[in-house]
Amino acid sequence: MGTNSNTLVKLKNAGYQQNDKWLVKGVSLEVEKGKIVTLIGPNGSGKSTTAKIALGIYKKFDGEVEKYTNKIGYVPQKVSIDWTLPLRVRDFMVLTESLKEEAIDEALSLTGVVHLKHKNLGNLSGGEFQRVLLARAISKKPELLVLDEPVQGVDFTGEIALYELIKKISEELNCGILLISHDLHTVMSATDHVVCLNGHVCCSGSPSDVAKNNEYKALFGEQAAQTLSIYEHNHDHVHSNEGEIKKN
Amino acid sequence: MFDDFFIRALVAGIGVAFVTGPLGCFVVWRRLSYFGDTLAHSALLGVTMAYSFEFNIAISVFIISSVIALILIQLQRKTNLPGDALLGLLAHSSLAVGLVVIGFLTFIRFDIMGLLFGDILAVTVNDLIIIWAGGSLILLVLKLIWKPLFASTVNYELAEAEGLNPDRAKAIFTILMAAIIAISIKMVGLLLITGMLIIPAAMARNISDNPQKMVLFSIIGGLLSVIIGLFSSLEFNTASGPSIITASLVLFILSLLKIKQSIQLKN
Repeated sequence: MGTNSNTLVKLKNAGYQQNDKWLVKGVSLEVEKGKIVTLIGPNGSGKSTTAKIALGIYKKFDGEVEKYTNKIGYVPQKVSIDWTLPLRVRDFMVLTESLKEEAIDEALSLTGVVHLKHKNLGNLSGGEFQRVLLARAISKKPELLVLDEPVQGVDFTGEIALYELIKKISEELNCGILLISHDLHTVMSATDHVVCLNGHVCCSGSPSDVAKNNEYKALFGEQAAQTLSIYEHNHDHVHSNEGEIKKN
Repeated sequence: MFDDFFIRALVAGIGVAFVTGPLGCFVVWRRLSYFGDTLAHSALLGVTMAYSFEFNIAISVFIISSVIALILIQLQRKTNLPGDALLGLLAHSSLAVGLVVIGFLTFIRFDIMGLLFGDILAVTVNDLIIIWAGGSLILLVLKLIWKPLFASTVNYELAEAEGLNPDRAKAIFTILMAAIIAISIKMVGLLLITGMLIIPAAMARNISDNPQKMVLFSIIGGLLSVIIGLFSSLEFNTASGPSIITASLVLFILSLLKIKQSIQLKN
């Protein structure tokens, strides 16, 4: 992976430790314009941490981060909003950037929640709130979108539609997307490059390559991979419960 | 026109209310009321410094409050004590040290009640200039940092990820807090300044559904409190600070009635 003018963000051997425990270590990846990179992995595998390193939320990290854009849209995994703040959807949309009324409506229409524009943010359902979060992130027409479990709490048909929308956005805006998901199946069709994490990079490549990979199967179970591939090869390591690597 | 002490107090109070309105909203949103208290308590030390070195009170209070805020940030980084314990430590020790220093300054006659609860008789034309010039400056700076400060109040990570530099906004906001305490200490007194910040904002929260509205109502609430409070202070010969805060409490209670009404309307 050589750096070229299309690179938006690049992690070189990045890691982050908290209270002397490595949350994630040795991650190298690159997000380019118009490409979707998906991070998959089980709970606690360091997906969100990796995204936060890339975004600059964590200041004291290991390794290197090169960022070539400041136009970033972010959908965090957890957003806890303090209800001492009276906040409507409309106010939330212009949180980090001033937008014209049409731009707000356009983004909210894309994610199907324009009717909620004047509702109080605290009164939304989980799925509705998620759609508002996504609308806010795309409304500023970013060059880099970082989406951490963007469809959580959204119903199944909505989920597929939103992934299609994400794909469409990456094509229309020619923006790079760093997508985090625990489910490879739903993101299969949209993604260009998959990085499978479990405290470190287990495997990476195209979605079908990763699905064929034994470490992916070991993490997600045979069944997850079965429909995609029967390809097999040998493990070179397994994981202990603490996520440490033990060589075979 | 400013010859009359009451007119001076009124003009000063109105100037203060314009600034405490928006700042108070952030104090409520960011849960900083005890932080405001700590800065206000440390103001006593600032006042004694001003008397000792024959220095301007507002500037002296501003410097001491800023120093206390810096010490707090350092203590938060270097100790394992919880934030509220550190705030209590600084608030009471700076108040105590301030009172001890007053004990040593036997050559000056102090009006302690005036310091603690405000004294409208003490407002000079000079104070008016400081309140209006300082207040305008505070509002201008607040306007400049509004976006990052507000965004990080809603969600720190969003603000940081999308490049708004929330840490800088927070540091500047801390200085603004020290500044508002410095300019309003003569009016409201150091024990009640936080009330002037919080109560109109709390009242505004009860009747607002968006942040702009809450700021606007908070300013209006502060202005009404000052006007009603000062007139009753004159009428009943009470200290200005408690009168203003009592007026704001009455407004807060009225705003609760509005909530009750709107709940009944919904049902």
